[in-house]
Amino acid sequence: MSSARLQIPPRILQGDVFKVRLLVNHPMDSGFLRDIDGVIIQRNVIRHLVCTLNGREVFRVEPTTGVAANPLFEFYLRATESGDMLFRWVDDKAYIGELRHTLVVEAANASKPASN
Amino acid sequence: MRSRLFSRRQSILAIFQTTLAASVGGFWLGSAKAQVDKLTITGLSEARLRTFEEMVRPYVQSQELKKERVTLSLPMLADNGHMVPLSLKIDSPMTEASHITHVYLISQRNPVPLMAKFVMGPWSGRADLSTRVRLSGNQNVIALARLSDGNFIYDLQEVVVTEAACVDNG
Amino acid sequence: MGLWTIAGLALTSHAQQRLIPLEKLQSGLHYSGAEVQSLQTDEFANPSNIALDSGTKSWAKTDGKSNKSCQSCHGELVKMKGVSIRYPAIDKATGKLFNLEDRIRNCRVKNQKAAEWTFESDELVAMTLAVTSSSRGLPLQAQIDGAAKSHFENGQRLFMTRQGQMNLACTNCHDQHYGQKLYTDPLSQGQANGYPLYRIDWQRVASLERRLRFCYTGVKAETPPWGHSDIRDISLYLMWRGQGLLVEAPAVRK
Repeated sequence: MSSARLQIPPRILQGDVFKVRLLVNHPMDSGFLRDIDGVIIQRNVIRHLVCTLNGREVFRVEPTTGVAANPLFEFYLRATESGDMLFRWVDDKAYIGELRHTLVVEAANASKPASN
Repeated sequence: MRSRLFSRRQSILAIFQTTLAASVGGFWLGSAKAQVDKLTITGLSEARLRTFEEMVRPYVQSQELKKERVTLSLPMLADNGHMVPLSLKIDSPMTEASHITHVYLISQRNPVPLMAKFVMGPWSGRADLSTRVRLSGNQNVIALARLSDGNFIYDLQEVVVTEAACVDNG
Repeated sequence: MGLWTIAGLALTSHAQQRLIPLEKLQSGLHYSGAEVQSLQTDEFANPSNIALDSGTKSWAKTDGKSNKSCQSCHGELVKMKGVSIRYPAIDKATGKLFNLEDRIRNCRVKNQKAAEWTFESDELVAMTLAVTSSSRGLPLQAQIDGAAKSHFENGQRLFMTRQGQMNLACTNCHDQHYGQKLYTDPLSQGQANGYPLYRIDWQRVASLERRLRFCYTGVKAETPPWGHSDIRDISLYLMWRGQGLLVEAPAVRK
């Protein structure tokens, strides 16, 4: 079960386009490298990583062996609604990694200016 | 690296590629072997430089391809091929009418040509992306984006990947 | 050079001449490319962070027959500030020179009454990183008198001794040719202030011991087994040699 780190702006206003940064703990073993005894380290990479907001898919990446270990993904989202943000990834071993975040999107006429 | 430039297959390919290259202004490097081998994951010793056409054809098919609006950023000189930061910016309004649907990161020399595929839409707000890739040796990298009208835009960058002086076995 | 300067040098450096004077010391980060530097300074996406998060969690987790966590005895992780820079240090019970990994492994078995962590295991590396990161920004120092003196002298001797098929001593590259290129590779001073760190070539966080063992491989010398006292002696010498360089954990190198 791999873990992950998430970074999104502390305050998000309705209509903002905000950056999402996700750092996932995963070796992304390519299957090309050998260990100290000369034995091939079996391929084990994340097959897909999906982000849903209130059940709707808002981001998907399908990496291959060409993505570095402990992958970092940065992408953008338009803030339309608050809700449950779920990141879910599955690897070659069929292990499922998950990270949940409650996304809070404030009304556009909030008193403080938009951040980031 | 040897090249047999005058085989029939190479000539046919050359005409096709020249037409494609002329219309899109792409960068083209010759292949080390004349045969277009089916790329199997048998190890880095099998890796060779793919042609531009080989890299984009599986996705572009017969759609329009233009080198515009995509800005790919990679270091010109990578310290280590295991982790190379990659970011890209795409000029797109990301509206229902006009947006990016997919982004493909394609390697010229890696055993597996496709490094990652991203799926996005108007909900993304912006088509910009960042990640960290693996590059097995000096090569060109292509960021290929599919537009909502079915056509494609791209950018290409050459990366030199240096190797450590001490050979690692540990 | 005045007599007082010589006397001062003798007192502070135990009459050992520093081949790289203190004012010329540079961290390995200085010799790293822009990408490695930006990976290290990225507070969020630093690849060491995964192991750091893991070690931080581990600190508060109860384990072993004692049913205690590290936190139960030592308090919060931040309280470990200043601890990692005291190592390598003589273990009073055994008289041996312990590096931080030895101390953690020992503490787990003796005090926590938990299963021993293998050298370079994920858990040990993560914990060592977590403890070292509490000393981030503190300068390296070394206690090289008393019982540690013979270890320091052995470490220094090893650093200066040619070995391996390539017949090179650490000093040949790291004192005599730092800043120059070995093929396309810029040579650093071989400083230890970043360890344990994420080594991109190994795609994981690595200890100083692992790195030093790899140096043996680099000159095609026989690698000492894990836990060997030579490695600890060299580590102690490196702490003295790099005195004043700041702890960088969580760090990144290529």
